[in-house]
Amino acid sequence: MNMLPKTPVRYHIRHDTRYRYDQPVGESRQLLRLTPRELPQQTLRQHRLDIDPEPARRQRFTDGLGNLVETLHFERDHDALLIRAESWVELLPRELPALADSPPWETVRDALEYRAGRTLDAAQLDACGYLFESRHVRVKREFADYAAADFPPQAPLLVGVHRLMRRIFDEFTFDPEATDISTPVTEVFEKRRGVCQDFAHFMLSCLRSLGLPARYVSGYLLTRPPPGKPRLIGADATHAWVSVYCPEHGWVDFDPTNALLPDLEHITIGWGHDFADVSPLRGVILGGGEHEPEIAVTVVPEDEFETLYGAAELPGLRLA
Amino acid sequence: MPSGLIESYPHAVDRYDEMLAAPGQPRPHWQAFAERLSGFPEEALLHRADFVRGAIEADGVTYNVYADPKGTKRPWELDMLPLIVGAAEWQTLGAAVAQRGRLLNAILADLYGPRHLLTEGLLPPALVFGQHGYKWPCLGVQPPAGIWLHSYAVDLARAPDGKWWAIADRTQGPSGAGYALQNRIIVSRAFPDAFRELHVQPLASFFRAIQDSLARLAPTEGEAPLAVLLTPGPYNETYFEHAFLARYLGFPLVEGQDLTVRDDTVYLKTLRGLRRVHAILRRLDDDFCDPLELRADSALGIPGLMGAIRAGRVLMANQLGSGVLESAALLGFLPPICERLLGEALLMPSVATWWCGEEPALEYVLEHLDELVIKPAFPSMRMEAVFGHELKGDSRRRMIERIVAQPHAYVGQEWVRLSQAPVWNRKLMPRSVGMRVFAAATPDGYAVMPGALGRVAPRAGMEVISMQRGGLSKDTWVRADAPVVRTSLLKRRLGVIDLVCGGADIPSRVGENLFWMGRYAERCEASARLLRAALVRVSSSDPDTELRLSGLLAAARRVGVLPPLAEESGSTPPALEEELLAALTDVDQPGSLAGKLRALGFSAGHVKERLSSDNWHALNHLEQLLARPIATVDQALSALDQVMLSCISLAGFAMDDMTRDEGWRFLILGRRVERLYGLASLLSVPLEPDVRERERMFEWLLEAANSIVTYRARYRRVPELLPLVHLLVFDTTNPHSVAFQVDALQRYMGRTARELGHPYPSLMIDPLARRLADFDLTRFEAEDCELALGTLRTLLAEAEDVAGNVSEEVHRRFFIHTVRPMHLRSVA
Repeated sequence: MNMLPKTPVRYHIRHDTRYRYDQPVGESRQLLRLTPRELPQQTLRQHRLDIDPEPARRQRFTDGLGNLVETLHFERDHDALLIRAESWVELLPRELPALADSPPWETVRDALEYRAGRTLDAAQLDACGYLFESRHVRVKREFADYAAADFPPQAPLLVGVHRLMRRIFDEFTFDPEATDISTPVTEVFEKRRGVCQDFAHFMLSCLRSLGLPARYVSGYLLTRPPPGKPRLIGADATHAWVSVYCPEHGWVDFDPTNALLPDLEHITIGWGHDFADVSPLRGVILGGGEHEPEIAVTVVPEDEFETLYGAAELPGLRLA
Repeated sequence: MPSGLIESYPHAVDRYDEMLAAPGQPRPHWQAFAERLSGFPEEALLHRADFVRGAIEADGVTYNVYADPKGTKRPWELDMLPLIVGAAEWQTLGAAVAQRGRLLNAILADLYGPRHLLTEGLLPPALVFGQHGYKWPCLGVQPPAGIWLHSYAVDLARAPDGKWWAIADRTQGPSGAGYALQNRIIVSRAFPDAFRELHVQPLASFFRAIQDSLARLAPTEGEAPLAVLLTPGPYNETYFEHAFLARYLGFPLVEGQDLTVRDDTVYLKTLRGLRRVHAILRRLDDDFCDPLELRADSALGIPGLMGAIRAGRVLMANQLGSGVLESAALLGFLPPICERLLGEALLMPSVATWWCGEEPALEYVLEHLDELVIKPAFPSMRMEAVFGHELKGDSRRRMIERIVAQPHAYVGQEWVRLSQAPVWNRKLMPRSVGMRVFAAATPDGYAVMPGALGRVAPRAGMEVISMQRGGLSKDTWVRADAPVVRTSLLKRRLGVIDLVCGGADIPSRVGENLFWMGRYAERCEASARLLRAALVRVSSSDPDTELRLSGLLAAARRVGVLPPLAEESGSTPPALEEELLAALTDVDQPGSLAGKLRALGFSAGHVKERLSSDNWHALNHLEQLLARPIATVDQALSALDQVMLSCISLAGFAMDDMTRDEGWRFLILGRRVERLYGLASLLSVPLEPDVRERERMFEWLLEAANSIVTYRARYRRVPELLPLVHLLVFDTTNPHSVAFQVDALQRYMGRTARELGHPYPSLMIDPLARRLADFDLTRFEAEDCELALGTLRTLLAEAEDVAGNVSEEVHRRFFIHTVRPMHLRSVA
């Protein structure tokens, strides 16, 4: 285990969403999940939302899965909507488990299987909530068959998950053109293409089809500008990865898009059964016509913050 | 007879018979009814069967069947013979159903709260988290008064030993109580003496309990409680029931778009503005209730409703997420859960059920497949029950594979030989029966409806009862030990209608549909008149028919009754007679009368609960008229006469039968707008500048404008221009004149605007009214009456515009907020 003193890393995240409507929108309701959760390795130092136009009503609540939700209600005609979420987040190095130390995957599966009178502790109850199909995650034999190669009998759970993650990384192509939000995971499997959400949904489908509890994590990822190029505002995006329940360690994150275990560069917003539970923005509007949102995400480490935002001319979106 | 009626009814050996204890020997609680039945001559029974059929048709009782090629509406099937249950037996049953309601409510409280049932191993997590019925957004949400389950129903079947078993629980938004009530209204009238003599327990008190309980349990904060019935709309399979119940309970019938949420408070959009809603009796599945937090693609829901529920500002009957208990797999787990949550033994046994998600149960099911019925564990699976013994060869193998692949998705259920009861089909025939029993939460526990929806298998020997598959229903008579005090249901029903119509809670959508109902009713009648005027003049032997009728046909094209003339097409145009028949019967032809009748039915269907049954008789009649084939002019004329008669009835009801509230005024506005528009465009044809043989058009014009009788009575001579123009344009005493419509529009628009707090759009109608009043008719006596005709033409064109503008104004001011919400997709 790492014995060095833990030094926190701090990030500033700016997440802008802008809608331009063809026709004025008379009424609009938005549900935002843009506030990073407090976690043992993650502290939210500061957070603010700037909204233009000012909503008639703004409320907050914590959803059934523990994520922070902000609701906005607009009642006046508007033809554009800008939502800017800014956060200062502090991350500590995670205590990443030695993969081989985890229990055999069948044990994890069998411990949650129902037997009359068998009791569950709070962690197991929580885990059971992530065992089954959800809107974007399917439980099917074909997924179990795909994952079987990575889970030979008695393989330690996390070794298996790690292998599965690697294989998805190797065999699937990152391709933003191949899919959209509504592409079913079975099609992602067929095409072997997609984006981080698709990889996460596919990996969740594999794990749950094996009887292993796994959840979808929504968040941000620190990206590196191409060699020799400066960091740009608005060049990042939201990110998604998966988390697996491991009896002795709790939930362990895996990022199939990058084939790594998230640590100091993944900022967690929240989690759910799949994307539908934690989509950063969800809304219903009256009127409006065509609307394509423009999204700009910027994740910047504390020491680059001044350089990035200190420049005279700021790129990306600004509040009017 | 029919003597031997009871004797010839076959007594079953292997199952329980509801009526007979032994061959030819009725059970004690059936005795009196069986005797009466035997005492009737056969004609009397046939007459009663006809009465029941007729009553269903007349009341328009329907059950919509999805994907039914014959159209979605199908008459409700009701057997005239009641199912009779004795008083003592009912007492036991009622107590068991009430306990079950209490138990299921406690389970919901646990599943959306502490979830002890899962942590203590009393319920498999797969049956909760593994199905769509569990709504995560409801986890941790407390409903008002701690009641999740307000409205509950359970399907019961009787085993050969005479015991009742629960076979399915309905916890989402159980349907059937309204049909049970409708059945009661009809069957009690078919056998009024027996009904009295048997001391049948009345149903009304149950519905009063629902009204009172929602009012008392809802979070009203001292306001007068407003409860609404939320329906998915007229295409739902049980829409008839929604409308019927709403009317009976005195709740406004609303669709999602009628409600809006502000500050976590639900409001009904009414013609007068927003009114707070305290309780929602919902028939909309929870998934569709809020597109913001549940299914995003739902166009039926109310954005923000979850917020109001979370804040405890509205009572949902039932609470969202209650559908989770409709899983058949739950049945086997109930006895220990009842002990754990209520500390009581479960009173009502469930049919033996094995959930394949448990290893030993799976083994049992596969081993005993022949004796079991295989059902989906979750209602969302949309799979029909399958009898194990009917599975042979490949299909058997495939079923076993499916079960083994996803054992937690299937249950095996003991195959219960349902009890049988007689249905009437010119004699007594045995059919498998069951009952759906209803309960409602009250501040003092669950009230059970003393009666049930009797459910009958559609064919002899059939064991599955499903309304979707064409099942019959029965009224269920629960007997009391002593005579019962009865308030007349029908009288009470009328009283409630009056209350609703007199109230101020008229949803904007209702105003809009009434407006269009008015427009279409008027349009149908006018089209029928014009078509009739044309058809009586058509003579196949006269080669000049077309030429002779050129003015009439031009008018028909002008008002859209006939399609516009095709420009120079190679094919010969259809014969006139054919074209006219098509304009009557071809639904797909734009402007056809059949199409307009359909539109009328559509608008009226959306305001079903606001129309009296007389209106419905007329509307149902209209719908059936064109269902018969129409191939000849004679058939067409007779159909047109019928259409006009029914339309006149509708007009009569509108004037004479409806409460004059704001909704009514929109109906009348629609009628006036339409008549003004139709009249002005019709009149403009013979008044065109270079029209030949103008005078020859006057007779059909007067017929089409429904003023021929008045004209003849007044002038007793061949129609002439001046008296005709006076009668059809300027005479304010003629309800079929332009001036009359303008007058009425001024009045109704003024009143409506005033009452609903809007400025009266004076510049819209008043100038036309003034010009009509100022017109100097003596100009037609002058030498050059063409000049006067020119002015009149301008006036008529203006009248057409006014009709269009008023229609738009009404929409903009009173209905426009009914635009359906558009959805943003979720974005990353």
